[in-house]
Amino acid sequence: MIKIKNINKRFEKLHVLKDINISFEAGNIIALIGPNACGKTTLIKTILGMVIPDSGTIEVMDKSIQNQWLYRDQIGYMPQIGKYPDNMTVGQIIEMVEDIRTKDDKNLDKELYESFKIYDILNKRMNTLSGGTRQKISAYLAFLFNPKILILDEPTAGLDPISSLILREKILKEKENGKLILITSHILSELDDMIDRIAYMEDGKMIFDKTIEEVKSETSETKLWNAIAHIMNQNNN
Amino acid sequence: MERILTRVNLVFLIVFNCFISVEAATFHVKPDKDNLSIAQAVQKANEGDTILINQGIYLEHEITIDKPLTMIGVNRPVIDGQDKYEILFVKGSQVTIKGITFSNSGTSNYMDLAALKIMNTKDVIIQDCIFENNFFAIFTNNSQNVQYIGNHLISGREKGKASANGIHCWKSNHLIIQDNIIEGHRDGIYLEFVTKSKIENNQSIGNKRYGLHFMFSHDNIFNHNVFSKNGAGVAVMYSKRVEMVHNEFSDNWGRSAYGLLLKEINDSKVDKNLFTKNTIAIFADGANRVLIDSNQFVNNGWSLNINASSADAKITNNNFIGNTFDMATNGNLILKLMAGNYWDKYEGYDLNRDGVGDIPYRPITFYSIIIERNASALMLFRSFFVKLMDKAESLLPNLTPNNIKDDTPSIKRIKL
Amino acid sequence: MKKVIKYIMLDILRNKIVLAYMICLLLFSFGLFMVEDLPEKSLISILTLNLTLVPLVGIIFSTMYIYNSSEFIELLVAQPIKRKTIWFSMFIGLSFALSIAFLIGCGLPILIFSPNTQGLTMIVTGVLLSLIFVSIALFITVYIQDKTKGIGASLLLWLYFTILFDGIVLFVLFQLLEYPLENLIVGLSILNPIDLVRIVSLLKMDISALMGATSAVFRQYFTGSIGYLISYGILLLWIIIPLLLSTRKFIKKDL
Repeated sequence: MIKIKNINKRFEKLHVLKDINISFEAGNIIALIGPNACGKTTLIKTILGMVIPDSGTIEVMDKSIQNQWLYRDQIGYMPQIGKYPDNMTVGQIIEMVEDIRTKDDKNLDKELYESFKIYDILNKRMNTLSGGTRQKISAYLAFLFNPKILILDEPTAGLDPISSLILREKILKEKENGKLILITSHILSELDDMIDRIAYMEDGKMIFDKTIEEVKSETSETKLWNAIAHIMNQNNN
Repeated sequence: MERILTRVNLVFLIVFNCFISVEAATFHVKPDKDNLSIAQAVQKANEGDTILINQGIYLEHEITIDKPLTMIGVNRPVIDGQDKYEILFVKGSQVTIKGITFSNSGTSNYMDLAALKIMNTKDVIIQDCIFENNFFAIFTNNSQNVQYIGNHLISGREKGKASANGIHCWKSNHLIIQDNIIEGHRDGIYLEFVTKSKIENNQSIGNKRYGLHFMFSHDNIFNHNVFSKNGAGVAVMYSKRVEMVHNEFSDNWGRSAYGLLLKEINDSKVDKNLFTKNTIAIFADGANRVLIDSNQFVNNGWSLNINASSADAKITNNNFIGNTFDMATNGNLILKLMAGNYWDKYEGYDLNRDGVGDIPYRPITFYSIIIERNASALMLFRSFFVKLMDKAESLLPNLTPNNIKDDTPSIKRIKL
Repeated sequence: MKKVIKYIMLDILRNKIVLAYMICLLLFSFGLFMVEDLPEKSLISILTLNLTLVPLVGIIFSTMYIYNSSEFIELLVAQPIKRKTIWFSMFIGLSFALSIAFLIGCGLPILIFSPNTQGLTMIVTGVLLSLIFVSIALFITVYIQDKTKGIGASLLLWLYFTILFDGIVLFVLFQLLEYPLENLIVGLSILNPIDLVRIVSLLKMDISALMGATSAVFRQYFTGSIGYLISYGILLLWIIIPLLLSTRKFIKKDL
């Protein structure tokens, strides 16, 4: 569904993406992990077209995304830190995004509207909201348009346990619907029983990309985090 | 006995004179063919006779009056030059012409064709006449004591027909030009080598070049005239002892238009005049010992542009209101006196409340100096930069001439 | 595109600064027309307003607005919308808001007190100046990441166009005093939209008689049907060129 080939990106002197090659298929939940500033978010942003790579190609649903924008119709994006215009209310933001994105066939997924109780905060201004609440809105907007691809950047970072659980359930449900879900995270414990594949990045390089079974069998560790630590040690040696 | 004889002689003379004046004949001229033409009447008439011209249109030209005569129009007859001819020549003295309309004189590129010419004579009165659509209207040459009173001269209305001066006087003296209205000519009033004359209460409006133009004409007085909307305003050149009082110079607006241009004028007085909306109200070049007193300068581009070639001017008790530039000069100008004027741009104070500002006013701004030196800088006209520089210069003068200042500026508008 | 413009417009109009700007202009203009007895004199004062406040507010407000909208832009960029659409919508939204403020604040009093070609020139050039400085603000914000630096740059640029440029012009004119400068001053004037607007407006007024021969040179280039085409064409270029340059950069920009 998403094919990334030989992507390179430099921010001035900093080489943030070093020849990344990876592809993601539908019906999978993929965890993109790695230490802070390893290039996860930049990689995601290149898929979204927010960052333009210096070289390499990205295909989404078999089409190059270079100079394209309509493909973003198929992507729901939940940013790490939900940045919204401060002086707008939650209701206005939701209404606006809906208005801009909705086509004639309305096929909106408002499940999270109920489960996150967004109706309670519709009249609140964005600048009065906590990080967690912003996350809820980001999540709601990401799932709202029933996209085939969901890209969630640190989705549970600011959420309370209950909301985390709700989101988890939602992610699993969408996986069942055959969607591709790409999650970046550094807290693996929450993810370990739902993900299918792990892609590990460090210092702008894709270190490995394996299915969860491969990881576990290779390392004979049951805990995901331990398994990864194991692999990292191997690589360093 | 001798004394008695003289007395008798005197009585005889008086009686004889009365007899002559009683005997003076009156000729009537009518427009129909059988009747006497004007020219014939003039020929027939004796000295002192009167010719009455009745209402109608007369297609006559080059009528010459060479003896004392009175010619009066009844109900405004029109003598038409048919765009080809000159109409009337006055060559004799003691001629009075009243109430006649002169129209459509000939036009020429190389001859001074005029509706009425007054030549080599004296004691002529032209009164209540209308001059319409002529080239020169009244052309005076080498005459004395001519009076032009209450005439209306209008030209330049017809497309394609050139117009020359309205009242044109050359080498004459003791003229009185009074209560005339002159419109659409080249120069409204033109005087050259005219002395000891009085130009009073005329309106010279909308003439193509100058409303009033004179050269080499000394000892003349101009008062209560209106010079308005003329192409280049009023030009006064190469003359001495000119008095200009109570005139109005207005709306002489356009490139190189002046309210009043003083060129090589000495010992003259510009007093109690009103200057409004002229590009340059007074432009003085080589004007010496000129007094500019008690005038009003309102809404002009420049009020005073006095070149350094002018010496010893006195500028006193004038009002300067709403002018873009109060004053400009091109170099090291020396004034005899500048005092007691009201300047609306004055920002000083009057602590002792005597009506006189405590700090001097400098009417020459930074920008007015700049554009005198480099006219291209007019590109920056009304720019914010220029405003800032003017402000800075007025706080810390170092470019503006130190000696051009009004040490006793009036705080209040002077009542005039 | 319409929807994006709509939301940008709504967002700008929620901003009190535009309203304050409008009221400020309205008070100034009405005040000037009330104080002066001749409408032409008020127009000259309004011209000064036109040449200083309009560019200042145009550039500073737009720069600040775009920096403050970085979240908004980021939100939009992740949506299925062309980047060009987003950027043009920004331009149109800002231009529209500032033009409306100008039209009500200055245009209305001018139409009431001086409804003639001079007034009309003032209104048209005021709107053009607003657009030009929005366009320049877009250019600044897309090239300078840092907000403080960007606002600093726009202030400097305003200072440059209103004051410094004219100072440089004066300097150059005096350096080249011996040469014929007619064509040079026309050339210089098109390098600064504020100067060009000032000259075009003055040419419309009686006051241009004061500019003498200089005015004649400008008249030759900037009046008559071809002259208007030239002068207004150049003003349009001042909008289009920074806008296109900034769009080109924005399309490639990493957010």
